[in-house]
Amino acid sequence: MNVAATPVSEKVVTVTVNGTTYEHEVPARRLLVHFLRDDLGLTGTHIGCDTGSCGACTVHLDGVAVKSCAVLAVQADGGTVTTVEGLGDEELTPLQQSFSDHHALQCGYCTPGMLMSATALLAENPSPTSDEVKVGLQGNICRCTGYWNIVEAVVAAGKGSA
Amino acid sequence: MTAVETEGTTTLQKGAVGQSIPRKEDRRLVQGQGVFFDDVKRHGMGYVHFVRSPYAHARLVSIDVSAALERPGVYGTLTGDEVAILTDPFFQIAAEPGGSVKDYALAVGKVRYVGEPVVAVVAETRELARDASELVEVEYEPFDVVVDAREAVADGAPVLHEECGGNVSYSGVWEWGDVDAAFAQADHVVKISELHFARFNSTPLELDGALVEFNRGTGQWTITTNNQFPGFAVIMMAPAMRVGTDKLRMVTQDIGGGFGNKITSHPQLVALCLLARKLNRPVQWTEWRTDFHQSMSHGNERWFLDTEVAVMADGTMTGFRSRALDDAGAYLRYEPLGGVIWSQVAPGMYGWRNLRLDFTQVMTNKAPCSPNRGYSRMQHLWFTERIIDIVAHELGFDRVELRRKNYVQPEQMPYETPNGCVYDSGDYPRALEAVLELIGYESVEQRRADAASRGKLLGFGIGSTLDSGTNNFGQSQLLNPDLQFSGNNEVATVKLDIFGEIVVTLGTTPQGQGHETTAAQVVADILGCEPDIVHVRAGHDSYWNSHAGFSGTYASQFAVTGLGAVKGAAEDLATQMKTLASMVFQCPIEAIELADGFARIADNHEAALPFMALGAIPNANNAGFPVDPPPMNARYVFRPAFQVPDKEKKFGNLTLTYSMQIHACVVEIDQETGVYEIVDYAAVDDCGLRVNPKIVEGQVMGATAHAIGAAMFEVFAYDEEGNLLTPNFYDYHVPHTLDMPPLKTAAIESPSPFTPLGTKGMGEGGGGGIHCICAAIQDALDASGRAIVTSSYNPYHRVWEMLREPERSRGTVEVISK
Repeated sequence: MNVAATPVSEKVVTVTVNGTTYEHEVPARRLLVHFLRDDLGLTGTHIGCDTGSCGACTVHLDGVAVKSCAVLAVQADGGTVTTVEGLGDEELTPLQQSFSDHHALQCGYCTPGMLMSATALLAENPSPTSDEVKVGLQGNICRCTGYWNIVEAVVAAGKGSA
Repeated sequence: MTAVETEGTTTLQKGAVGQSIPRKEDRRLVQGQGVFFDDVKRHGMGYVHFVRSPYAHARLVSIDVSAALERPGVYGTLTGDEVAILTDPFFQIAAEPGGSVKDYALAVGKVRYVGEPVVAVVAETRELARDASELVEVEYEPFDVVVDAREAVADGAPVLHEECGGNVSYSGVWEWGDVDAAFAQADHVVKISELHFARFNSTPLELDGALVEFNRGTGQWTITTNNQFPGFAVIMMAPAMRVGTDKLRMVTQDIGGGFGNKITSHPQLVALCLLARKLNRPVQWTEWRTDFHQSMSHGNERWFLDTEVAVMADGTMTGFRSRALDDAGAYLRYEPLGGVIWSQVAPGMYGWRNLRLDFTQVMTNKAPCSPNRGYSRMQHLWFTERIIDIVAHELGFDRVELRRKNYVQPEQMPYETPNGCVYDSGDYPRALEAVLELIGYESVEQRRADAASRGKLLGFGIGSTLDSGTNNFGQSQLLNPDLQFSGNNEVATVKLDIFGEIVVTLGTTPQGQGHETTAAQVVADILGCEPDIVHVRAGHDSYWNSHAGFSGTYASQFAVTGLGAVKGAAEDLATQMKTLASMVFQCPIEAIELADGFARIADNHEAALPFMALGAIPNANNAGFPVDPPPMNARYVFRPAFQVPDKEKKFGNLTLTYSMQIHACVVEIDQETGVYEIVDYAAVDDCGLRVNPKIVEGQVMGATAHAIGAAMFEVFAYDEEGNLLTPNFYDYHVPHTLDMPPLKTAAIESPSPFTPLGTKGMGEGGGGGIHCICAAIQDALDASGRAIVTSSYNPYHRVWEMLREPERSRGTVEVISK
């Protein structure tokens, strides 16, 4: 017999973010990106659209690059998240350094998402060609650079780590 | 394939200036440690959501916020009726008729575009604020809508602002030289009935917004925001709010792109200020993407009607005349300045001496226009480039030769245009040669044949363009003689602190242009140290006293005004440091040099004071000096030497510098579908001395990407009811990685004789990509129907239409020859 359940409006989630495990009560509808930014204060992850189009909010969830505006916080329950703040420690990763070396960022707003997408790409394909980088980053919008230097930076970082 | 080739790393100076040093901003930004306005939180702050009009034109019959206020977690609301009591309408730049526009922070009495803010709701969370907004009941009485500028000026059109007596905000005739004589003497007159520059903007990835706090004790608001022209914002806000500008503390740090689109957020900022005061708590607003597309800072849409061009038999162009019809949208937030700013580049890069433009700006039921990268000049430069290519097409001239022949020549520099603007320096023919070499112009015909063998139409196009920078705000008086704005300014401070720290503050609001880096380069060379030890404060804060009325980052000027101020302050500090060292060493100041982080006697390096000692003396160890030691603190206001232009003749120098770009591209069009691809692209830039060539190239690349988007994909399209059809990044396609062609860039340097460093402002790019893509499409279509490109926006389906019905556009052009 089915009994219509009362919709859950709040839920406690346990999420490991950048190596620290957080237990937090969140509204069921809270987006992962708002959980990271507002509840945990990890403001490196950005928001640039309402439609999952721009990729500024890209993080890694259980090792996979996802747009955190298209994931609910409750879907991350029990999961492991890495944000831009979790890349490297005090030292820049080779990819972060390559972004600076190649002037692959201007305003820096899309950069965290770009770095997370590119880091995921390099994990799968350590020495991508520029065409492979373009495919790997097609879900991330940058309005400042025209992408040329971003693609160069990722290709160069790949060669460096190969 | 991505190919980036950079040439021309010539630098004119030794030291840090001229070097592509890594940016100081980068480390925090790649670590996610930038501070954008939306990253700043305050205890107990409320989130703001705007209820927006679903109608393009309607009377506000009633507003009921009671249900929203009853919702738990809702802190309060603000309506247009309250705004109309608490504030005065914003000051209007326009003379009559546009001067009668009544514009408030929220709609008062009626709405004039879809997305216009009607009510603001504040709640404990952004989700609650959004939910509660749906409980606000607004009753509208819809009116007829006008979205086409050509219809808005017709008799009987719906009128947006009754006080204006029609939809025209500004009109004026701009005429220089002897236009009638030029046409009487012309061997050919080329007539073009209609050209259209489409509506789009740069859609910065970070949306508008602010955190606003009200200090009840001092009556002051602190506005943490991403507005990119705080000097202008407070000039608009303070009189409307009936307070002094000192009551509005504007704070920015990192800004996620601006491109001019973040200049006119002052209505929203006023609404937030009223709410922070009313609710006695900090309020925070972050715009939604759809809100931005519907309501913020569209680029000016412009028609050029009944254009005529006077051409001599040898291809010399002597003049043009046209009617420009500019569509400002529903309100004048920075407009009608677009009605004068185009005239900074009235003849484009060409030697035309006889010009007439009958300029009319109208208001329509669409989002308000505001500056957008290339503001107003881009539209006009696209027009001049279309003229060149259409004239060549119709009269059989070679497009390259026609440009070479008609460009202003290097030996004419500095060149006074027919309207009194002074092109400071440049070598356009040399830049043209450079771009032709980059793109491999000599092989174009061979590539065309190769493409034809694959069933593709290949086209080659050039776009020559200017990036005029450092406005003379006196040009506003050409639109409204009563305005009290003229000249320009920017401020910097440089100080040596107690432990020898070199600290720089700027009045600017950078959005990725690398001001912290280039300012440090300039200071380092003057103080004889490395840029690493120069600390440039990030962002803008009107508490710092490093700003003036025109402070901000807009209109291609930092390398002139901002760095001019930095240079002035650093030189002042250098003199103070030498003076102090000469007091300590009891030697003439001329004997002191600053080098390697010391003030020392030039021919006795043993007698050296480290910066730390110099900083400590006036700040913390100043007893015993017979006279005051210099304070080690310098503030400099850079002011370019402008005159107010002649208002009768509309004559005078409107900008200090003229950067130049020439773009060239090759497209291949599929004849069956109209789908096309840019297969080769090159851009040559000349912005005078490049303080940091890599940053300059980055700006060229960014402007190129915007132009490609505008030419191929991006448009704010409206239906007849005034609904925006492209309100998000699904429908409004901005270029992605896979859309980008291979790019080659190069630079030449023609230092400006008018600026402190030989630099010119740059960054807007003048829409060169739009011009060259239009030209390349027209060239490709030459082999199939010979259509004329008459719009700046040419998506695949439009190219397909031109292939199918070439006579439609051909019919808009006519040649009359003697």
